[in-house]
Amino acid sequence: MATRPPPRRRDWSWRSQAFRGLVYQVLAAAVIGVALWFLASNTVDNMRARGIQSGFGFLVQPAGFDIGESLIPYDALDQNWKAFLVGVLNTLRVAFVGIVLATGLGTLLGIGRFSRNAIVRGLCYGYVELFRNIPVLLQLLVWYLFFTDILPPISEPFTLGGMIYLSKAGFSFPVPVWGLGQALAAAGAAVCLPIAWYYRRWAIRQFELTARVRSVFLVPVAIVFAGSILGWIAGGAPTAWNYPAPGAFSMEGGASATPEFLGVLLGLVLYTSAFIAEVVRAGIASVAHGQVEAAGSLGLARGQTMRLVILPQALRVIIPPITSQYLNLTKNSSLAVAIGYPDVVSIATTALNNTGRAVECITIIMLVYLTTSLSTAGFMNWYNNRSAIKER
Amino acid sequence: MSVASVFQPIAARPAPVRTQGLVPWMRANLFGDWRSSLTTVVVALAAIALLPGMVNWGIFHAVFRPDLGGCQTARGTGACWGVIAEKYRLIILGRYPFGEQWRPVLATLMLMGLLGVSCTRRFWKPWLAPLWAVVMAAYFVLMRGGLGGLTPVPTDLWGGLPLTIMLATLGIVLAFPIAVLVALGRRSGLPAIRSMCIVYVELVRGVPLISVLFMASFLFPLFMPMGKSPDVLLRVLVGITLFAAAYLAETVRGGLQAVPKGQVEAAATLGLTYWQTQRKIVLPQALAIVVPAVMNNFIAIFKDTSLVTIVSLYELTGSLGLALNSDADWRPYKLEGYFFIAAIYFAFCFAMSRYSLWIEKQVSVSRTR
Repeated sequence: MATRPPPRRRDWSWRSQAFRGLVYQVLAAAVIGVALWFLASNTVDNMRARGIQSGFGFLVQPAGFDIGESLIPYDALDQNWKAFLVGVLNTLRVAFVGIVLATGLGTLLGIGRFSRNAIVRGLCYGYVELFRNIPVLLQLLVWYLFFTDILPPISEPFTLGGMIYLSKAGFSFPVPVWGLGQALAAAGAAVCLPIAWYYRRWAIRQFELTARVRSVFLVPVAIVFAGSILGWIAGGAPTAWNYPAPGAFSMEGGASATPEFLGVLLGLVLYTSAFIAEVVRAGIASVAHGQVEAAGSLGLARGQTMRLVILPQALRVIIPPITSQYLNLTKNSSLAVAIGYPDVVSIATTALNNTGRAVECITIIMLVYLTTSLSTAGFMNWYNNRSAIKER
Repeated sequence: MSVASVFQPIAARPAPVRTQGLVPWMRANLFGDWRSSLTTVVVALAAIALLPGMVNWGIFHAVFRPDLGGCQTARGTGACWGVIAEKYRLIILGRYPFGEQWRPVLATLMLMGLLGVSCTRRFWKPWLAPLWAVVMAAYFVLMRGGLGGLTPVPTDLWGGLPLTIMLATLGIVLAFPIAVLVALGRRSGLPAIRSMCIVYVELVRGVPLISVLFMASFLFPLFMPMGKSPDVLLRVLVGITLFAAAYLAETVRGGLQAVPKGQVEAAATLGLTYWQTQRKIVLPQALAIVVPAVMNNFIAIFKDTSLVTIVSLYELTGSLGLALNSDADWRPYKLEGYFFIAAIYFAFCFAMSRYSLWIEKQVSVSRTR
C-alpha cells in the first residue's frame, strides 16, 4: 500500500492555502491603497482647482461668530479652537447629564416591566414601544417645539413657589450663592472621600473575617456628608441662595437651562431610556428563576432579592449592551445641530461655512466622537471586567 | 383500644379560591399588596386628571377639516388636524411635481408590495431575485421619468415617504452583503484583511451618522474626479449604506461566533471549500441566530433615514418642515404635523418589530426538537 508523501511545507502553488491567503491579502491591500490614492489625489486636484486652502491654521484665526451658551467664557473675537472647545464641552455636558438621567429612568422602566401591578407593567411596555419606534431626531424637534412654542412666554411663566420657573426662556432654578462656605464644604467632602473609601474596605474585610455585618453604604455616605457639613460650618455656614426672577427679556438670577439644551436632553433621555429599559429587562430575565426562589426561601424581601441577588447577576449581561447605548446617546447628541444647540457638530458646521475648510472641520468632528467613543468604551470595559462574575 | 382507631372527622377543605375571571385577576394584578394598590389608585387618579384634557384636545375639540378659521378659534383648546388634511400631499410626497404625483405613489406601492412579498414565507422562491430587479428598474423609471413619455423629474425634487422608504430599502439591501463580507473578513485568518475590516467597523461605529452624511454632502464632491460628482441622493445613499453595513457586520459577527466550531471542522472533513462552508453551513445557522438583532438594525436604518433632512434632502421629516415652514398661516400647527409623521414612523417600525417576532419563530424551527 502506497503511502502518500507528506505535504511540502513551502508550496508556492495555487493549491497552497498559505500562498492563496497571501495573494488575497496583497490584492485587498492593493485595491484599498489604489482607492485611497484615487480619492486623495482627486481631493488635492479639486482643492487646487477651486483655490481651497488646507491645513489647520484657521484654528488660530478669530472665529467671528457668537455661541448661544458656553461653559467657559467665549466671545466672537476668540480663536476658532476656542469655539471648538466650547462645542466639545457642550457635547460632553449634554451627553453626561443625558447618560445619568437615561440610566436612572431606563433602569426604573426595565424593572417596572416585572412589576406585580398590571398598570405599571402596561405603562412601561407602552413607553418602551412608543419611544423606541419614533426617530430620535423627530423627538428632539417635538421637544424643542414644545419648549419654544407651547410653553408660556417669559412674562407669565409656570412657577413652583416662586423658586422654579418654566417658560419659553427655559428652565430656571435657584443655586446657592457661591462663596467660601461652599468651597470649604466641597473640600471637606473631598478630604473625607478617601477616609470613607478606606472605612468601606475595612468594613468589608471585617465582614469577611468575622461575619459581623457592618454598614458599607450608609456609614461611608455619612462620613462624606459630615465632612462637607464641617467644611460648610467652618466657612461660616452660608445659607444665601440665588433665586431666579422673571425679568423683562430674560430670567435674572439663579441658574437656567436653555430650551435648546432641554430639547436635546429630553429627546435623548426619553429615547435612550426606552432602549436601556429593554437592556435591563433582558438582563433581569436572564437570571435563572431558581435564584429568585432560593432568595425567597432565605427569607429575603422582594426589594432585597432584586438588590442583592438579581441585579448583581444581571449586571454582567447588562453592561456590554448598555455601553453601546451610552455611545449611541453621545453620538445622537450630534443631532443637536437640528435645533441649534451649539454642540461640536453645530460649531463645526458654522466654522465650515465661515472658512470653507470642509475636510478639516469634518475631521475634527470625527476625531472628537472617535475619542469620546473609544474612551467611554474603554471605561465601560474596565467596569465590565470589574463587575463580571469571577469564575474559576 | 387506642385513641387512633376512633373515628375522628377532619374538617372539610376550604373551597379553592377562584383564580380565573376579572375579579381574581384584578386582585392579583392591581391590588396584590398595599404598594400595588396604592400605585393603582395613584395612576387611576392621574389618568382621571389628565386623560379627559388630552382626549378633548385630540378628538372632541379638534378641527378635522382644513379650515383655518376653525383652527384659529380652537387654538389652545383643540388640535388642528386640518393641517394634515390641507398639507398631506406635500408632507407625504415632498416637492415632487404636483401633476406627476401618481408616479411616486405607484412606485412606492409597488416597492412596498415587493417588500410584502419578500417578507412572506410562501414566496421565498428563486424567482424573487429577478422580481426585485424588475421592480427596482420600474421604480426608478417611474420616479426619474425620461422614458416612455414620462416627464423627467430630477432627484432633488424627490421627497417625503417615497424617499424614506427608498433610502431605507436600498440601504438595507445594499448594506447586507457588505456586512456579511466584512463580518467574515473580521473573523478571517488573514491578518491584513482582518485588520482592514476591524478599522472600517470601528471607525464607522465611532462616529455619528450625521458626520458620515456631512462627508457625503461636503467631501464626496472633492473626492471624485473634477466635475464628476454623483447626485446628492446617491452620495447620501452610499453614506447610509456604508454606515449601516458597519453596524450590521457586528451583528452578523455575533451570529458567526455562535456557530460551533465543530460545524466548520465537519465541513472541512467533507472537503468543502471555504466559501462552500460559509455559504452552506455557517451563514445559514449564523443568520438564523441573529434574526432579531438584524431586524433591530433594519428598524434603526429606517429611523436613521430621518437624518438626511439635516443635509437638505426632504424625506418625511424634511418635507414636513418644507410643507409648514413656507406657509405662515399653517405654521403654528407644526405639532400636529409632527404627531402625524411620528404615527407613520411608529406604524412602520412597530410592524417591523412584530414581523421580527414572527420570523424569529419561523427560523427557530431548525433548532426545535
